[in-house]
Amino acid sequence: MRVRPTFALCAATFLVGGILAAGAAEVAPDKVVFKDDFEVVDSLTGQPGDPMNGREVFADRKLGNCLACHVNSDMAELPFHGEVGPEIDGVASRYKPAQLRAIVVNSKKVFGSETIMPSFYRLENGARPMAEFQGKTILTAQQVEDVVAYLTTLSD
Amino acid sequence: MPLKVFSKIALFSGAALAATGIAVADPDENKLFIDGEEIATDVAAPEGSPFDRLYSGWRFRTSETQALQADDFENPAFAAITLAEELWETAEGSEGKSCASCHGDVSEGMKGVRASMPKWSQAAGKPQTLENHINTCRTDRMGADAWKWESEEMLAMTALVGLQSRGMPTSVQTDGPMQEWWEKGKDLYYTRVGQLDMACANCHEANFGKMIRADHLSQGHINGFPVYRLKWGGLGSIHRRFKGCMENVRAEPFKRGSDEFIALELYVASRGEGLSVETPSVRN
Ligand code: HEC
Ligand code: HEC
Repeated sequence: MRVRPTFALCAATFLVGGILAAGAAEVAPDKVVFKDDFEVVDSLTGQPGDPMNGREVFADRKLGNCLACHVNSDMAELPFHGEVGPEIDGVASRYKPAQLRAIVVNSKKVFGSETIMPSFYRLENGARPMAEFQGKTILTAQQVEDVVAYLTTLSD
Repeated sequence: MPLKVFSKIALFSGAALAATGIAVADPDENKLFIDGEEIATDVAAPEGSPFDRLYSGWRFRTSETQALQADDFENPAFAAITLAEELWETAEGSEGKSCASCHGDVSEGMKGVRASMPKWSQAAGKPQTLENHINTCRTDRMGADAWKWESEEMLAMTALVGLQSRGMPTSVQTDGPMQEWWEKGKDLYYTRVGQLDMACANCHEANFGKMIRADHLSQGHINGFPVYRLKWGGLGSIHRRFKGCMENVRAEPFKRGSDEFIALELYVASRGEGLSVETPSVRN
């Protein structure tokens, strides 16, 4: 079953991910804490994300390749926006940063196990991973933070 | 032949979609005529199918690519057909026989063969694909070497044999000894693989008709194989396509000719039950 949670946007709880002490170790993929399954409150790296780099990650076919599935008006200069997922426009008005982080880290926790969207920061993905990707997450912790920072700029 | 001008939309889909949110979805309305004969590119789905209608992959390609397949003189696969017609008549191996020695004229001897592949083989104790059958003739009946799965000769011969079933409905056996293989193929079809964690069904069942970046997703049928792919600049087998799709989701593919791919081929063929054979088709 595909679950599409409805999030009420509540200004009072609109917290930017708690920043870990500078220099603190990255949160390992199997140590990410999901609050009520739908939120990952803390930054994975303790560093703020870089939205400009996140924009790259969103478009790059070898990184997020998010554009393969999401139409994004902010990238009108690029051809070939996919339609497998919803349009990403205004996504920051629909989700809190902690929710966006949860979606990118592990889409299955948020949308249910049936979703086609890859989970970009977890290790237990599909069978027979190619040797070069074995034991690796699709994105690094910092790339996740960067793409989340980029998504938070996409408000209506 | 009615061809909608459609390719421009696909080409500029990025900008157009971003600006308007219009979806370039679903199969188009074009009809495939070859030599004045209509080849059905959509049929009612068989019982138990997840689809209402089955659509050939041809219906998801641009009008330019579609046009290449609609004319045998334009179809780049026909160079291979000419090669295979020569191979058909050429005696090879210790027995001094050619395909023609046993099967006569290809248009009679091979009519309908592609439409029911893979077939159960009592001798092999498992389903055999068209490639398997061709190699059994070569090694056991001609005393010649087997052809490699993706060799020029094998691709040409499977294209020539497939052409003799063009327009005929796909119909494979799935019961009796095939059932176990069919189940195994089904299992593979729905198993998520690779770092990107996707199954065949995620793309070809749940999302056909949608754009995935520059590609228009079809239902993933194999009625046109071997296909001439513009990207490959040549013909490719069913198992090569399966391999490519697995690699795209960063999965270690099975080997061409493996039991896994034979089972998957059987299952995917059965999902296309009733769809016309289009061999050799053209894809981008
Ligand atoms: C293979 C397809 C695919 C890829 C690649 C993909 N997504 Fe998604 N995404 C989806 C689908 C489908 C949904 C909707 C949830 C569902 O139906 O399962 C979704 C939902 C979302 C949502 C919630 C949108 C909303 O309005 O509800 C966000 C945010 C999101 N994706 C971000 C991303 C980011 C960032 C990336 C890349 C790092 C990405 N997606 C890559 C398919 C994809
Ligand atoms: C990430 C998405 C994705 C996944 C997963 C996927 N495919 Fe594909 N497949 C495509 C795309 C894109 C094409 C080219 C456009 C089309 O024909 O759909 C394609 C083409 C095909 C074709 C050629 C169709 C034709 O008419 O020529 C077949 C057959 C096929 N896929 C089978 C499979 C099988 C079997 C699996 C699982 C092992 C699979 N695909 C997994 C995306 C995918």
